[in-house]
Amino acid sequence: MVKSKTRSNPKTVPDQTGHFGIYGGRFAPETLIPALTELEKCYNSSWKDRRFQSHLKEYLEEYVGRPTPLYYARRLTEEVGGAKIYLKREDLCHTGAHKINNTVGQALLAKRMGKRRVIAETGAGQHGVAVATVAAVFGLECEVYMGTADMERQSLNVYRMRLMGTKVTPVDTGSRTLKDAISEAMRDWTTHVRTTHYILGSVLGPHPFPVMIRDFQSVIGLETRRQIRKAEGRLPDYLVACVGGGSNAMGLFYPFLSDRTVRMIGVEAGGHGIESGKHAARFADGSVGVLQGTMTYLLQDDDGQIRLTHSVSAGLDYAAVGPEHSYYYDRGRIHFTHATDQEALAAFDLLSQVEGIPPALESAHAMAHVVKLAPRLKRNQIIVINLSGRGDKDVMQVAKIRGVKL
Amino acid sequence: MSRIDKTFERLRRKKEKALIPYIMAGDPYLERTEELVLAMERAGADIVELGVPFSDPIADGPVIQRAGQRSLKWKTALRDVLRLAADIRKKSEIPLVLMSYTNPILRFGIENFFKEAAASGVDGVIIPDLPPEEGRTVIEGSRRSGLDWILLAAPTTPPERLRGLARQTRGFLYYVSLTGITGASLTDLSEVKTKLSAIRRITDQPIAVGFGISTPEQAGAVAGMADGVIVGSAIVRLIEEHMEDSDLPIRVAAFVKQLKLAVKGGRVRRMTTVGEKRS
Repeated sequence: MVKSKTRSNPKTVPDQTGHFGIYGGRFAPETLIPALTELEKCYNSSWKDRRFQSHLKEYLEEYVGRPTPLYYARRLTEEVGGAKIYLKREDLCHTGAHKINNTVGQALLAKRMGKRRVIAETGAGQHGVAVATVAAVFGLECEVYMGTADMERQSLNVYRMRLMGTKVTPVDTGSRTLKDAISEAMRDWTTHVRTTHYILGSVLGPHPFPVMIRDFQSVIGLETRRQIRKAEGRLPDYLVACVGGGSNAMGLFYPFLSDRTVRMIGVEAGGHGIESGKHAARFADGSVGVLQGTMTYLLQDDDGQIRLTHSVSAGLDYAAVGPEHSYYYDRGRIHFTHATDQEALAAFDLLSQVEGIPPALESAHAMAHVVKLAPRLKRNQIIVINLSGRGDKDVMQVAKIRGVKL
Repeated sequence: MSRIDKTFERLRRKKEKALIPYIMAGDPYLERTEELVLAMERAGADIVELGVPFSDPIADGPVIQRAGQRSLKWKTALRDVLRLAADIRKKSEIPLVLMSYTNPILRFGIENFFKEAAASGVDGVIIPDLPPEEGRTVIEGSRRSGLDWILLAAPTTPPERLRGLARQTRGFLYYVSLTGITGASLTDLSEVKTKLSAIRRITDQPIAVGFGISTPEQAGAVAGMADGVIVGSAIVRLIEEHMEDSDLPIRVAAFVKQLKLAVKGGRVRRMTTVGEKRS
């Protein structure tokens, strides 16, 4: 399943200019180039700065609630059969998803750069909520762009953001989802670049966003290493995570990239199935191109126009994927597969019923793959799933899909 | 010497400034675009910028976004725009510059694009999401085909970077008048003036200013500071408003004529409004 012939050293990518092999880079309007350079400098010096790191650690522990547990899902393991299944409980972070690991870091950088206003895009609303949260706690002005299609299916998160004092601006262009929200946020940033920092939510966009966000999220993998060693005395055999932009996956995978025995699987949104054309499986059905600042695999037509995507999960409903994922996909280090809407909904039920943990529909895609994978493995093998978010935000939508009136 | 170079040379001798209107290819439909280009030329346009539609135009405001969507309804592709350019070239010698985002060109193939664009009589290309650092293959394509790769500079661009951009650009340097997207409104002309005189000290390349210029008086004022003025959204909006009208090319030509008059003088002394009679 996983080719492991090429040895890759994660320390060598990206290069100085933000390229992961041919992927990544900085395909941005000229107006933004100086801001990206400034951000890169500020990030590089801060990341090495002990005071910054201790600030970050303090917020992650005292405010976010880290470390999050690595939980052995005994009943799920019995139910599914085969390998032992552990859940990395990012759903227990404050705000209910891993997104806040990154927003705390970027808010600290915004303060360092003297930017008083932050903006963001959001798909499922989890990143938007995480930005609204740090804006409140750090006293920053905040505006979040969200596609109107996503606002409908994630209305709870829209109200949460507004409660915290954030302005939520509807985006009614294109597919009215995450992609269009990112374009609108980039336009806002271009206009207000002197006073505003753009807190991008995933390992996407122009350099330095992919590498910076990966580093902020790598706390997930670093904790997992320690925790699994303590629990099992060894590293896991499989890491599984859902991949929209890919920040929760990269955060879990990155600290394990040099461990040849650890296999990594990213699960994309299969929507109604690949053959239906209604999905967001970039590796199954995409090709290399440039979208929103970065070169990566994306879903496009023969003319280079970006295709519309579909997923039951707003957070995975996006036409491109983080460039670092594309790099490791080519090298066979990270394997990618997909789960359909139906499979994700079934996994949502399963985890709710046997463990009392409703997962976010995004994370349910990772769960859906593990339901297929675990029975094929031996009982002494170990799988870690990144449970990137909790499912409370999706309860209304799941009820609606099933015709249940609440 | 490219057609663009010759145009700026000719205008310099006449002490005139270039008017560079932008329209979206395929808006409202391709045959109309050809008529509009020819009408704008007759009305005094010196260079024409043709937009290539893209589904996700991050540097464009709502007016040009909508124009792109209208064009994409016909599935207008880069190859269609090249065919359009070739048709225009049979009838006119006006310099044609394509404005396209990176992805449609990448999909077409960079080498292929430059070869076919040059053969179609295209003179230059502007790629708003491609800084020179990412464009090594584009520089090669540009050199080999003789097509000008026109670079953009912004108000946020620091001096040392500006020098690099001015050195690498071909045809002219496109100065973005404001921090923002196309169709925003330009309010602070004094900042543009300061910035342009700083650029003037760095380079002899012609400088054309775009983004946010929507009226003849703004165009006139900017022409007093630069070698060329680019007007996009204001024209595209006019096209949007009169899409169905049979006299669309006449209306657009009338507006272009006013812009050219304002630009020609290098400066308009009095505030003039659209539709007002001029001596």
